[in-house]
Amino acid sequence: MSDEDDIILSELDDEELVLQMMDDLYDGLKPEIEESVRILLDRGWEPYRVLTEPLVGGMTIVGKDFRDGILFVPEVLLAANAMKAGMAILKPLLVETGAPRMGSMVIGTVKGDIHDIGKNLVSMMMEGAGFEVIDLGINNAVENYLNAMEQHKPDILGMSALLTTTMPYMKVVIDTMIAQGIRDDYIVLVGGAPLNEEFGRAIGADAYCRDAAVAVETAKQFIARKHNQMAAG
Amino acid sequence: MFRMTTTAAPDDATLTRDGLAPSGEGRVLVIACGALAREILDIRDANGWAHLDLACLPAILHNHPERITGAVREAVAKHRAEYATIAVAYADCGTGGQLQAACAELGVEMIAGPHCYAFFDGVERFAARDEITAFYLTDFLVRQFDAFVWRPLGLDRHPELRDMYFAHYETLVYLAQTDDPDLTDKARAQAERLGLAFERRLTGYGDLRDALAGWAGPGGT
Repeated sequence: MSDEDDIILSELDDEELVLQMMDDLYDGLKPEIEESVRILLDRGWEPYRVLTEPLVGGMTIVGKDFRDGILFVPEVLLAANAMKAGMAILKPLLVETGAPRMGSMVIGTVKGDIHDIGKNLVSMMMEGAGFEVIDLGINNAVENYLNAMEQHKPDILGMSALLTTTMPYMKVVIDTMIAQGIRDDYIVLVGGAPLNEEFGRAIGADAYCRDAAVAVETAKQFIARKHNQMAAG
Repeated sequence: MFRMTTTAAPDDATLTRDGLAPSGEGRVLVIACGALAREILDIRDANGWAHLDLACLPAILHNHPERITGAVREAVAKHRAEYATIAVAYADCGTGGQLQAACAELGVEMIAGPHCYAFFDGVERFAARDEITAFYLTDFLVRQFDAFVWRPLGLDRHPELRDMYFAHYETLVYLAQTDDPDLTDKARAQAERLGLAFERRLTGYGDLRDALAGWAGPGGT
């Protein structure tokens, strides 16, 4: 790229900068995202607004293009890395400034499965949407989920699996929750490449989420429904 | 009578992209993953199963398991009239039971187990190992590592992503169908590229031979 084509981020007005950040996020340009986040903060933007407009907004476009087969996993990961870098700057500020809180989620990859790329994307997007996320990592036995639910009392339990050999374990967790009489205390969302809606229904989950963006939207809908029920009750 | 000739498989790039159309006038057709072509032709020729023809679907479907069931259905429908028996040389291969259901519906047999790693190792033995941090390669995947692993994961363009994919893996296990020092060296180098420990197991053809023998029929075993 020639010097004439170089964009000086600090010289863009707010609207242009937000659009540029969405482009940079799409291209996975981590240093540019970090610089732009700092510029917006210096201009007096609320951390929550920086998070939602350029970052979550940009990542939503990445998610849609992934779903449509325009982007592939490597590009999504680069974009996620860039967003994560931006969020790392914003996180302490969000705590200080008191961002809106949508709800909370315990999430983890099931026992026997070490794949966490999809789960990590969901965690990041859920945090971006204002959820508190307790991430249990990989290879979680039913006890890990139960202990975390007992300790954190989340609104949502999220389970992820990449392997057809491990996804049946989600049913083990849900059946244990039923046996303990706590199934209806939680919204249970499941996801992972080999899953589908039919599987989600068959194991007794509340919903199957095919990607991170759908997980966020589904979580928001269930939380809204829960609040409506509480208001009606 | 045994057919002692050795049938040359197409080159790996062709098997990856296009698969293999059946040739011959056998009564039995095996529809297989392209990644198994060499092994199946070798077993067939070594046993003189001249009545067994082979058709392969593109091996790259391995990276798109959601497309396997439909492709197998199509291939069975295409060749059904020409053969007395059709069998499917795939395991579940990430289809989540869909391939098994389709084969049952179509009345064709397939190979038991979750994937080719399991049937090369022996399905029961593989299950007993319970290795969740092993990343497996076969002869074919060692030869086609760049096309099946390195490039699809974008590691040729973004090597910094490696640990996002492989941080939780510990060992690259090369399930060797043949005792080939060159392939072993390649597999060892691939383990290094992925930042994993290396282990080689000489499996031979494992349960694949037994499955083919069953399909070859009386005298096949």
